[in-house]
Amino acid sequence: MSEGISTKRLVSRLALLVVGMFGFGFLLVPIYDVMCDAFGINGKTRGTAYEAGAEVIDESRSIRVQFVSTNAEGMTWSFGPSASQLVMHPGETREMIFTAHNPTDKPMVAQAIPSVSPSKAAAYFHKTECFCFTQQVLQPGERVEMPVRFIVDAALPGEVQRLTLSYTLFDVTERMAASLDLASMQPHN
Amino acid sequence: MSAVIDHHHADHAHGPAKGLMRWVLTTNHKDIGSMYLWFSFAMFLLGGSMAMVIRAELFQPGLQLVQPEFFNQMTTTHGLIMVFGAVMPAFVGLANWMIPLMIGAPDMALPRMNNFSFWLLPAAFGLLLSTLFMEGGGPNFGWTFYAPLSTTYAPPSVTFFIFAIHLAGISSIMGAINIIATVLNLRAPGMTLMKMPLFVWTWLITAFLLIAVMPVLAGAVTMMLMDIHFGTSFFNAAGGGDPVMFQHIFWFFGHPEVYIMILPAFGAVSMIIPAFSRKPLFGYTSMVYATGAIAFLSFAVWAHHMFTVGIPLTGELFFMYATMLIAVPTGVKVFNWVSTMFRGSLTFEAPMLFSVAFVILFTIGGFSGLMLAMAPADFQYHDTYFVVAHFHYVLVPGAIFGIFASAYYWLPKWTGFMYDEVLAKTHFWMSFVGMNLAFFPMHFVGLAGMPRRIPDYNMMFANFNMVSSVGAFMFGATQLLFLYIVIKCIRGGPKAAANPWEGAEGLEWTVPSPAPYHTFTTPPEVK
Repeated sequence: MSEGISTKRLVSRLALLVVGMFGFGFLLVPIYDVMCDAFGINGKTRGTAYEAGAEVIDESRSIRVQFVSTNAEGMTWSFGPSASQLVMHPGETREMIFTAHNPTDKPMVAQAIPSVSPSKAAAYFHKTECFCFTQQVLQPGERVEMPVRFIVDAALPGEVQRLTLSYTLFDVTERMAASLDLASMQPHN
Repeated sequence: MSAVIDHHHADHAHGPAKGLMRWVLTTNHKDIGSMYLWFSFAMFLLGGSMAMVIRAELFQPGLQLVQPEFFNQMTTTHGLIMVFGAVMPAFVGLANWMIPLMIGAPDMALPRMNNFSFWLLPAAFGLLLSTLFMEGGGPNFGWTFYAPLSTTYAPPSVTFFIFAIHLAGISSIMGAINIIATVLNLRAPGMTLMKMPLFVWTWLITAFLLIAVMPVLAGAVTMMLMDIHFGTSFFNAAGGGDPVMFQHIFWFFGHPEVYIMILPAFGAVSMIIPAFSRKPLFGYTSMVYATGAIAFLSFAVWAHHMFTVGIPLTGELFFMYATMLIAVPTGVKVFNWVSTMFRGSLTFEAPMLFSVAFVILFTIGGFSGLMLAMAPADFQYHDTYFVVAHFHYVLVPGAIFGIFASAYYWLPKWTGFMYDEVLAKTHFWMSFVGMNLAFFPMHFVGLAGMPRRIPDYNMMFANFNMVSSVGAFMFGATQLLFLYIVIKCIRGGPKAAANPWEGAEGLEWTVPSPAPYHTFTTPPEVK
């Protein structure tokens, strides 16, 4: 047997390393979110409203913003933008109205998940207001108009002339059923 | 888990207990090593039979034998069983048998934990295999079990799969802790770290890799479990999660994992080639550092498995160059093996044949790996049979040939008899030809665009697939010959001397063959 630390001590240190690495696996989740946030990876946009400062409007450039909506599997609502695209200058604040309709006879909760393509543009696409920041509760047959207000940052890389804002609408009724009493909920907006 | 490193065997030396309970209760590193090796061989044959089902279905285009759902279960369980059930336990078995003998230790540092880590494996794989008979079938989402295939769209049996992975992971972690404790604390006097045989070195580094990444895998499957049953959304976009994150976490485990499967083979081959070249290993120190460098780099390359999921250009470049960097320490190793053989007095017994084939064929697999490492080229190769050809070239003639070479090299020490050299050479040549017939054409069909994990394919791939299937059947059937050779060697044969190989060096050859039940109860002196 050679010198050094005792086997008991060594094993407890290794066990600690195992526990630490198990924790690190879970730590990768917030790290991943921070990285996506910082680098605009995967078209993830911020989940909170952007505080608009004094924006400089760059009249010399025009950006075409396209809107896409998708229903996730099993989602029965009709959901879509009022126009498929608009043209805007960087720095300008514009608005697009999305309409959602719950055709079923049950109250339902939905969550829209935004994504911007090309993904490197995501960090430059700021939403000052978005229905995706909250969940939408719709009573049977209810129809609602939901605005998204956004600014394209003047620092958007020059080669990006067109970007797509895509929403996928997920049915989260079951997920929320435990914590919400649907009948008593007031719809948003 | 207490440290049983005292000399309680010394005062009442005894042989193995009798009957079945010997194997259930044993804490002897040789018994446990044998059980690991037999278990992994059983899993190898089982996983191999699944490969036979896959190749039989792919013998011709169209659906002949199995339904696509079952085909998916076969590709998935084939991968899982070969990785977690065959290759990894085989190396743990070799470590159990040989590391105490190589460093002059009486046993592993934690013999009772050793017993437990082995017996977790039959439980884990019993659980995994039972899912094949459950309603909805077994895992069908590929061995990489990407979410949401393995969460939202998984068969109900996925929970059993998750627990099977947990058990196998716990077993590997305990095995790794045991090996580190043994290597660091039980070396004979005079056996400094830089005098350790390379198999011990590569296993020490592998054990650290295991401890670093198996818990991350456990975390990933735990997140899956929580997504499926407890309403979390780690990988579910509806709740703010991200399925791409699964791939990052999985490959953070997965890439070091592929080195876990190859490093011990590097170590074994680094001992066998000098023995049959009758020369010391060329560049021992550089071998140790190259192994360390490969292990270190393995943590910085994981996204090369995900070039096509959409990562920023800088990310693609970083992971591309980092991946190519691994070719440098690997090249050092190949150079050292070749230099060891250069002007050596070579003989080609079965262990050497497998080792030389290892060097050549692993290098081919390494080159196709370099092709895949190039991000722009990978956009074409991704998820084609080229990838299948690549990882089978590094795993079959890499890990598996390394295990065969080790088995033949140390069989005389284990059994006390020489194996049948003619049959062993037949085993080698049949495996060599079969394996190349099976996997080489996969490069071509892959480059031509045949996707992996499909039960049917375009007519244009028919001929090469038929060749692949014939090669696979040949390789598969040949392994039964290996089983026969091993059983024959256990039952008798020419008596093996303590050191049956002219050029072999190391402490394991100083004890008689077969190795007595207890060895090195008084530590040997290493000069």
